Amino acid sequence: MEWLIQILNSVQYGLLLFLVASGLTLIFGIMGVINLAHGSFYMIGAYLAFSLAELTGSLWTALPLGIVLAFALGLVLEILLISRLYRRDHLYQVLLTFGLILVFEEMRSILVGDDVHGVAIPALLDASLPLTENLSYPVYRLFISAVCLVLAALMYFTIQKTRLGMMVRAGASNAEMTQALGINIRWIHALVFAAGVALAVFAGMIAAPVSSVFPGMGNQVLIICFVIVVIGGIGSLKGALIASLLIGFVDTFGKVLLPELAGVAVYLLMAIVLLFRPAGLYGRP
Amino acid sequence: MSSPEALLLTTGLSRSFGGLVAVDSVSLQLEPATIHAVIGPNGAGKSTLVNLLAGEIKPSSGSIRLRGEDITGWKPDRIARRGVARTFQHTNVFPDFTVFENCRLAAQSRNVHLMRWLKPAESYREWNDAARSAMAMADLGGRAGVPAHSLSHGERRALEIAMSLATAPALFLLDEPLAGMGAEESTRIVALLKRLSADHSILLIEHDMDAVFALADRLTVMVNGAVLASGSPGAIRANAEVQAAYLGADVPMTAL
Amino acid sequence: MADPERPRRSTASHRVVTWWLVLGILALAIFPAIAEKFYLQLITKIMILSIFALSLDLLVGYAGLVSLGHAAFFGVAAYALALAAPASDAPNLWLTLPLALAASAVIALVIRALVIRTAGVYFIMVTLAFAQMVYYFFHDTRLAGGSDGIYVNTRPSLEIGSIDLAQDLHFYYLVLAVLAGVFIFLGIILRSPFGRALQGIKANEQRMRALGFPTLRYKLAAFVLAGTLAGLAGYLAAAKEGYVNPELLAWHQSGMVLMMLILGGMGTLFGAVIGAFSYVLLQEWFSNLTKHWQLLMGSFIVLAVLVLPRGLAGLGQSIALRRRSSASSDDVEP
Repeated sequence: MEWLIQILNSVQYGLLLFLVASGLTLIFGIMGVINLAHGSFYMIGAYLAFSLAELTGSLWTALPLGIVLAFALGLVLEILLISRLYRRDHLYQVLLTFGLILVFEEMRSILVGDDVHGVAIPALLDASLPLTENLSYPVYRLFISAVCLVLAALMYFTIQKTRLGMMVRAGASNAEMTQALGINIRWIHALVFAAGVALAVFAGMIAAPVSSVFPGMGNQVLIICFVIVVIGGIGSLKGALIASLLIGFVDTFGKVLLPELAGVAVYLLMAIVLLFRPAGLYGRP
Repeated sequence: MSSPEALLLTTGLSRSFGGLVAVDSVSLQLEPATIHAVIGPNGAGKSTLVNLLAGEIKPSSGSIRLRGEDITGWKPDRIARRGVARTFQHTNVFPDFTVFENCRLAAQSRNVHLMRWLKPAESYREWNDAARSAMAMADLGGRAGVPAHSLSHGERRALEIAMSLATAPALFLLDEPLAGMGAEESTRIVALLKRLSADHSILLIEHDMDAVFALADRLTVMVNGAVLASGSPGAIRANAEVQAAYLGADVPMTAL
Repeated sequence: MADPERPRRSTASHRVVTWWLVLGILALAIFPAIAEKFYLQLITKIMILSIFALSLDLLVGYAGLVSLGHAAFFGVAAYALALAAPASDAPNLWLTLPLALAASAVIALVIRALVIRTAGVYFIMVTLAFAQMVYYFFHDTRLAGGSDGIYVNTRPSLEIGSIDLAQDLHFYYLVLAVLAGVFIFLGIILRSPFGRALQGIKANEQRMRALGFPTLRYKLAAFVLAGTLAGLAGYLAAAKEGYVNPELLAWHQSGMVLMMLILGGMGTLFGAVIGAFSYVLLQEWFSNLTKHWQLLMGSFIVLAVLVLPRGLAGLGQSIALRRRSSASSDDVEP
């Protein structure tokens, strides 16, 4: 039964990572931008959850507020900075977004401080599901998994079935043609970027009650998400989902079975995948 | 069917992308010191054929032999070092390097020792000599110190051939060397190819039929990835199927 | 007889570079005579980072491989010194330095072998991830003090005459000599057939392959060489500070050295050195202004990318160009 708990934890962690990694891979796949600051959005989300929950008294009011703020932040960043990177070398994308990380981290330090915080689980979900006589599983973690699954399904539906999704896919394969069809590619880019930011911020917010809120959390998630994108194949949502779950399992079980090497395990997985599939599981070589 | 003196021989060479067959069971034979032109309407698979022969893409099936040696599936650099030099449909030179440096670098490729780290690149005489004679052959001797990006279009195409020549190849694969050229520039390149064919084989892909019929010793016509006909220029000119294919594809074959 | 193939400009600019190099070495050589102890140590640190930046310049500026994991090689060599150093005696430089360089070279070889077919943005992510793997290896295992790091109690000894590297002044001159050596070594390599091939690969890899160059092998050699030189810088850094911890190979370090290259302008050896000097001096200045210096540094980086596409060196060039063009237009005026 303890295994069941680890499995549930793996799935929950993997799905949470998918929310962050999907934005990263979409932004790269559609705009060709490598965004190092993407992990910062996750960090911002966690700190937003902490501050807004204190301010409003409940995570339930904090969540929608945070998403709106995140979307606005994404739009502003895209219009002011990111859109200037589309035609430039990856090197400059790396640097500008690296600079953004420093700005975000220091802003966080000025506004909220460098302390580690915790966020209370909302009362409604603060319960445990009994599995056996002495083992139980927190309902809030199940809630995270469920929400992430719903969002993943929504994402799939939007991209595969809606007009907006069609425009996004067309924009990814041929920006000039889309432009010629009269679709305003500028707005699609801004929208995709803002959606990616909102997803990462949302992930940080709902994760806050189960993982503490701490300064370096953004970078930790960013690098794991790079590993996910590399394993899944750049630009592939399906690959990102499968890789996220793989990472969730390897990391969770690594910590249980080989605690000394847990930090290294996910990178070993990446090395193995690269040996056999240099372009990732679903990447175009 | 294969004669012992064949320089390059392909047997049943095919390549498909997804469901589309770009090159369909092509069997070709190139003799030494001849110009073999491959013609056909756009989309006939000519460029894919060059990419297959140069190792840029791998065949789905079939084989390629160079002087009797099976080179199917080899990497482009290995094929190049065996004496196959190719040019690209779109001009592909090093724009920031001088004409001389473009050719010198090409000559350097004949001897790819990784550990040559100490002597300056210009101090290797054989590469300088190879570069100079290639430039002279391509009428670029007077432009040696000019950066490639300030050459005219025609000069850049000539430079590309000079770079190939500096690698001392046995076989050139030339993908539309006359594309986008004026009449005067074309004449220069045609003369250059004529000079080269004295001691090299050339596989020539070209749309300019005047040039093709002025140069080619043999012609192969491709349509929809497959070989329609192959033979001497005279035989091809008289071939009814070729006439039909060209008329059907709406490409006037003025030289016929 | 003048060689028509060799443009006169390149030999002339070669002479200018040599003069600047001599001038720069002289300035750094007489610097200790006028400087306080604090500045001596600061310039030592900057020179070490210059070596680090030069090593990355070979990769990014000349071979066109953008790595975001270069700190791994820097850190591995630093750890190699720390682990190889005896508890109380001074480690012998002639034994520990080759060991440290070999460690960096081997790690570079292994990482490059794993990512041999990746390029572009993939390469950026994968180098970052593998560097992070090395980071976690030192961070999580007790091999070398975990996240606390370990001390190098005594500076390495050179075993030549009365040179005593424990004295900051002697160490300063060692670092200066190594920096000059690396600079000249890279200058020679870049003019060699190997260096020319790398520059060709950066400009157009497909064309190089079609000419017959086994480009992957060239890139592997460049990667290992750059990793080894980064290791040289890491070794010196560990010797200078007497202390190593996982932060030496954290990815901030890799980002910082890339930023140095951009500041100075990649693809010129002077650019790497100028970049290291400007970055560290800027950091000193910002951190004197405020505790939150990273905010200033981050904003500066963002602005630099937006308005200085070719680095400080590029800025210098365009100012010089503007001066020249305005000067020549003055000539036209009666």
